[in-house]
Amino acid sequence: MDSPVEIPSIWRLPRISWRFAAVWRRNFLVWRKLALPSTLGNLADPVIYMFGLGFGIGALVPEVGGVSYIAFLAAGTLCYSAMNSATFEVLYSGFSRMHVQKTWEAIMNAPVELDDIVFAELVWAASKALLSGLAVLAVVGAFGLAQSWQALWIIPLIFLASLAFAGLGLIMTALAPNYDFFMYYFTLFITPMTLLSGVFFPAEQLPPGLAAVAAWLPLTHAVVLARPILLGGEIPSPVLHLAALAGYGVVGFWLALALTRRRLMK
Amino acid sequence: MSPLVIEGLRKRFGQGASAREVVAGLDLRLSPGECFALLGPNGAGKTTTLRCALGLTTPSAGRIQLCGRPVPREARAARERVGVVPQMDNLDPDFTCAENLRIYGRYFGLGDAALEARIPDLLAFASLEGKADTKVPALSGGMKRRLTLARALVNQPELLVLDEPTTGLDPQARHLIWERLRRLASEGTTVLLTTHFMDEAERLASRLAIMDAGRILATGTPREVIAAHIEPQVVEVFGDWRGQGAPAWAAAHAQGVCRRFEVSGETAFCYAEDPAPLLAHLAGEPDLRYLHRPANLEDVFLKLTGRELRD
Repeated sequence: MDSPVEIPSIWRLPRISWRFAAVWRRNFLVWRKLALPSTLGNLADPVIYMFGLGFGIGALVPEVGGVSYIAFLAAGTLCYSAMNSATFEVLYSGFSRMHVQKTWEAIMNAPVELDDIVFAELVWAASKALLSGLAVLAVVGAFGLAQSWQALWIIPLIFLASLAFAGLGLIMTALAPNYDFFMYYFTLFITPMTLLSGVFFPAEQLPPGLAAVAAWLPLTHAVVLARPILLGGEIPSPVLHLAALAGYGVVGFWLALALTRRRLMK
Repeated sequence: MSPLVIEGLRKRFGQGASAREVVAGLDLRLSPGECFALLGPNGAGKTTTLRCALGLTTPSAGRIQLCGRPVPREARAARERVGVVPQMDNLDPDFTCAENLRIYGRYFGLGDAALEARIPDLLAFASLEGKADTKVPALSGGMKRRLTLARALVNQPELLVLDEPTTGLDPQARHLIWERLRRLASEGTTVLLTTHFMDEAERLASRLAIMDAGRILATGTPREVIAAHIEPQVVEVFGDWRGQGAPAWAAAHAQGVCRRFEVSGETAFCYAEDPAPLLAHLAGEPDLRYLHRPANLEDVFLKLTGRELRD
């Protein structure tokens, strides 16, 4: 007998079970072993940039958009540190777990599906980015760079933005033949985005062509929301920017899952 | 109920002219509590068969039932009752032995209280009693393999699947793994293993199948397979013969004194029901040396799958 089997499409909807939480917890437990150096590492880079540029350029530029330059930098720094933290986690650590250590393979032999694992990686990367984001936020708060308790709304925003960056990063992880591949992603996408998204200077300064590109970048949407949350003031079209971040997260995750299914379930 | 039924399994990779059929119509039915070995050279389709059985890839055709559930549709639920020892160790290097077992148990939805009670038993089963707090990179190859076996038992599986469980281990470590697998089978766990070691299959398996090119070529108990597929006596002939080697001797004389012979390198393998005429002939050829032994699984394996290298 020879009954043909319908091969399910790699584009089918994700089927996620609560077992994803066990995978998330595994990643959390690894992080916990190295929590202090990991957090300090993720804290040092953005904080050095913030204070270095904040005081250095801040001395030349007394005010940007009605606030001190270092206060202007704070919101951007929070977003960009979350982006880096989430991106590094899904690219380098995720690739280790998927390809080098074969941790995903071990988990798939248990009653856990690939969908659960990729979803757990997405949520874990955003959780880790949030953990290091909280450390940056504590520094920002300690130096009086946040205006009020309203600034705490930045926490869910960091989480949402990190989901978007993790989703996009997981696409690269699904495609990567080796670690070197990730250099392209940083050089061609992350670094230009950091410079175009209003982290270091208002995006309105950009020439119109670049500004049009910048308006589409996920980091731009995050920074546009983060700055008024941190410094007070009106948030321009919040629904649009939140929807854009959520969209990047959902589309990134879906595409990454399809590519990962193609890679591992063939 | 059979822990695993496979009917008409086919698995093709690629499409069109470059398509390769790695599993080409395979049937298998395990009996509860038996130890079944899937024996085949590299690339025979053993691992792909296991991946299909576990629902880790979708077959091109065929029907699979794992622990009573259709696979791949209900693979997740079926795997609740299956333990897997993969070909390559994939233990978590960031964790200790006990943590590896605890974290893996959570993937089965096991609670911490149940796991804490079970972990000492699992470590003892793997002879890793003193290693609960040792991290994985500090373990030897044999210890890692035993921990992987213990990890596969965390859910007390009905069916234990092992893909080349002793490849790369020293004899001491292999014997310990074999002893543990026998113990599991005697306690009622069904064991399915793949191997290309004949002695492993002969020692462990109550039944086995020899497969190559995605098909099962022979199946039965080790004795049945040997009896059905090869002459009972083997004489390996090598050494010098009139300035030439054993192959020249075989070409000239072997046909007349044994039922069948094969030449591999400088050795002629002669197969016979009754080796007496052959041995009498060899007594008259003092420069030829020989080894007379009963036929074994390796002879069947080489007869069915050929002697050429598989790279």
